[in-house]
Amino acid sequence: MVNAFHPETLSKALEILAENPCTIMAGGTDLMAQKARGFAIRPVFEHPLLFINHIDELKQISLEDNEIHIGACATLSELLESQLIADTFKDVIRQMASPPIRNLATIGGNICNASPAADTLPYLYALDAQVEIQSQTGLRTLPIREFIKAPKTNGLQNNELLTHIVLPNKEFDINFYRKLGQRRGMSLTKASFHGLANVTNGSVTDLCLALGSVAPTIVRCELTEQLLIGQSFINIEEILPTVLNKYSEIIKPIDDARSTAKYRKEVSIRLIKNFLLGLGK
Amino acid sequence: MKIEFYLNNDPHEIEVDPAYRLLDLLREDFGLTSVKEGCGEGECGACIVLMNGLAVNSCLVPCGSILGKHIITLEEFRKTDRYEAIEKGFMDAGAVQCGFCTPGFVMATESLLNQNPDPTDEEIREGLSGNLCRCTGYNLIIKGVKLAMEKGAGLW
Repeated sequence: MVNAFHPETLSKALEILAENPCTIMAGGTDLMAQKARGFAIRPVFEHPLLFINHIDELKQISLEDNEIHIGACATLSELLESQLIADTFKDVIRQMASPPIRNLATIGGNICNASPAADTLPYLYALDAQVEIQSQTGLRTLPIREFIKAPKTNGLQNNELLTHIVLPNKEFDINFYRKLGQRRGMSLTKASFHGLANVTNGSVTDLCLALGSVAPTIVRCELTEQLLIGQSFINIEEILPTVLNKYSEIIKPIDDARSTAKYRKEVSIRLIKNFLLGLGK
Repeated sequence: MKIEFYLNNDPHEIEVDPAYRLLDLLREDFGLTSVKEGCGEGECGACIVLMNGLAVNSCLVPCGSILGKHIITLEEFRKTDRYEAIEKGFMDAGAVQCGFCTPGFVMATESLLNQNPDPTDEEIREGLSGNLCRCTGYNLIIKGVKLAMEKGAGLW
């Protein structure tokens, strides 16, 4: 039998983490599926389990100084119900897993699991989300891209918890999200694309785009985005080959059970093209 | 680990491995065999129960996270008027063939209608997207849910 902790408050959880290496258990949908596979096989965890998904402080969603603060243990269903979460993000979440899994799975878990196919990540990268990390000694804040280190590797130390995700309170004129999977419900992502833009008088005033499942971590290229911002729709058509070449260099997908590198790359480039050529329509 | 929780409206205090799956606790320790194990990884929905009124895959829930929670399985839900409406709807539509997936579909239907008493066809499909059925081809189940909504009008 594994040992377990079930603290009532965040400070108590941090105190436990300071003294014990723990496996942090939030919704459990990734960890249990990984560890508990097979009929009547009891899940075995190396470290004591630290249950955190009942802690109120980690479930709050609030608007402060025009930023949305999302508690790491807010479930995907709770995000869908919240009036503070932008429709552009809800479009993403609605395509994740299934309702019973969304009732358990947390945003913090999706981030910390650090899968290249994690469906919340392209949006969070596109919006330059920040993550708040707490330990008993204090709080630090990191941009999401620095928190995700590599597939299945996040930037948490043993004594730290991801406590909040901070997003700018922003909506865009154009929201173009495509998730490619084998079917619509319950599918894992082969490739995903999120393009967001604001347009005024025939030119682009703001733009960000991120790609999932096509490299070890989410792909985003600010330099290329800067090239596009300020351009008229006509100019964008002209510089399109340069832009697509740039993304072609940085998209480095793999072959795996879900798809092939060739398909992933081809479809990602086409999605970028569709998004950019669609800006003026 | 000692945990207190409510199962089918009765309070329980048990000693349990915190990583033990809720699915195993319900089937092996409480004999509640309406809860089926299909895939064991959250894909099929055969093990869906209600936790605080919401559908969850019991194969993905570690017992350490059910402290203070209210778990309802089909054994309890079948005593309600809502269940009767769903049962009648499923029977009249021919939504049950082998029956293995049916308890999960019934619990997912309850969770769906509880949140959205008047779903569109598309919303029903979305609401039941976490349940697999290898017999019916789903259309009869969607029809069953719609008949249940008619028969149970006002219950949700």
